[in-house]
Amino acid sequence: MNGVHDMGGMHGMGPIQADKNEAVFHEVWEGRVLALRRAMAAWRKWNIDVTRHEVELVPPAEYLRLSYYERQFVAFLEMLAKSGLVTREELESGKPAEGSAKAIPALTPEKAAVLIAKGVPASRDVPVTPRFRCGDRVRARNMHPVGHTRLPRYARGKVGMIDRDHGVFVFPDTNAHFLGEKPQHVYSVRFAARELWGQQASARDSVYVDMWDDYLEPA
Amino acid sequence: MTTRRDFLAGAVSAAGAAVTPNVPHGHDPQHEHEHQAVPSDVALRVKALESLLVEKGLVERPALDALIDSYEHKIGPRNGARVVARAWADPAYKQRLLSDANAAIAELGFGGQQGEHMRVVENTAQVHNVVVCTLCSCYPWPVLGLPPVWYKSAPYRSRVVIDPRGVLREFGLEVPEETEVRVWDSTAELRYLVLPERPAGTEHLSEEQLAALVTRDTMIGVAKVSPAQKDAAA
Repeated sequence: MNGVHDMGGMHGMGPIQADKNEAVFHEVWEGRVLALRRAMAAWRKWNIDVTRHEVELVPPAEYLRLSYYERQFVAFLEMLAKSGLVTREELESGKPAEGSAKAIPALTPEKAAVLIAKGVPASRDVPVTPRFRCGDRVRARNMHPVGHTRLPRYARGKVGMIDRDHGVFVFPDTNAHFLGEKPQHVYSVRFAARELWGQQASARDSVYVDMWDDYLEPA
Repeated sequence: MTTRRDFLAGAVSAAGAAVTPNVPHGHDPQHEHEHQAVPSDVALRVKALESLLVEKGLVERPALDALIDSYEHKIGPRNGARVVARAWADPAYKQRLLSDANAAIAELGFGGQQGEHMRVVENTAQVHNVVVCTLCSCYPWPVLGLPPVWYKSAPYRSRVVIDPRGVLREFGLEVPEETEVRVWDSTAELRYLVLPERPAGTEHLSEEQLAALVTRDTMIGVAKVSPAQKDAAA
């Protein structure tokens, strides 16, 4: 979707404010939001692409106003309700529905340690023929899906070169909508800065964007 | 959309807390920071949600505490600094790191969530690399920990792809005109770590001493390693 989250190249966002001695979590609740999201993901009612898309669905003005963890929190509430793990009534009252059965937590401390150590790989060990090879000239498709995509607007329609084939990965555009993993090759595509931004950019510079096969066409 | 602004408001009221309406705040030029607009009830709403999820048996608090403890105390840029120092000290390791980052990083015992697919890019006299995620906040957690606020902020995400040299200048780093700048936008599940240049005059240092010079910002690519780096936290 052409949301405000797709920020690459926008103007007017102001100077970067780097805090020299920043805490990992500025407030206790931020850590709780991160941990709750991780723990509830263990129920496998959604996937990482669903979580990203839900944040993108936060309306633009609100997206810009909220801090990172606030956005994560409001998106999390939506996922809980949509997945049915928690009803909207329960979210409003803060109390379990009367007579509802008590579950057994999906994530134990032992499993949390394994999750952190092993992660959740997005690569898939399936034979898929790559459509492109290193050195191929490619054009990023000029597409504007209303759903989730990881093809940033600034690269659409631009010509780059395949720099590396990363292998086969889950395709977010379908996975974010529970439409299957559609595994396909992901490439590192090199775009000359001037191809993206015109003559104001340095002739030497470039931007590397990781792109799925379905984002590309021969150029 | 839904009534999610009201979610947990009842629970917060029931807890006897004052509920402040979650309305947009005015623009305050003094705090042009993503962090400015914290609704005063968010901490209470998170607490109410946690209680609800515990009561429903969906989560248990020791698991939450374990996750938080890991990211607060165990996983952070010191991990990445050890990887960099090893690469500086051991040319064969550096080759492995550049060709198969996952395996090389795992040699030092690091890896896992949000670092499942690592790639290391090397800074040289000719090339300067800098990493961003313009679409969200992708970042190599096992080697750098959780990202700082500025990395997740609109100014960095919007500007570093279109004006990398200007952004680096804001961080105090002037990249010579003849040096090529490569910006890595983490749009897929690859996570990038910059291998900074080893500063001159560090030949006598041990691997441990080298690691102490390597800061988080040098591994994102917004700073260079200084031989006299004091502030190892940044």
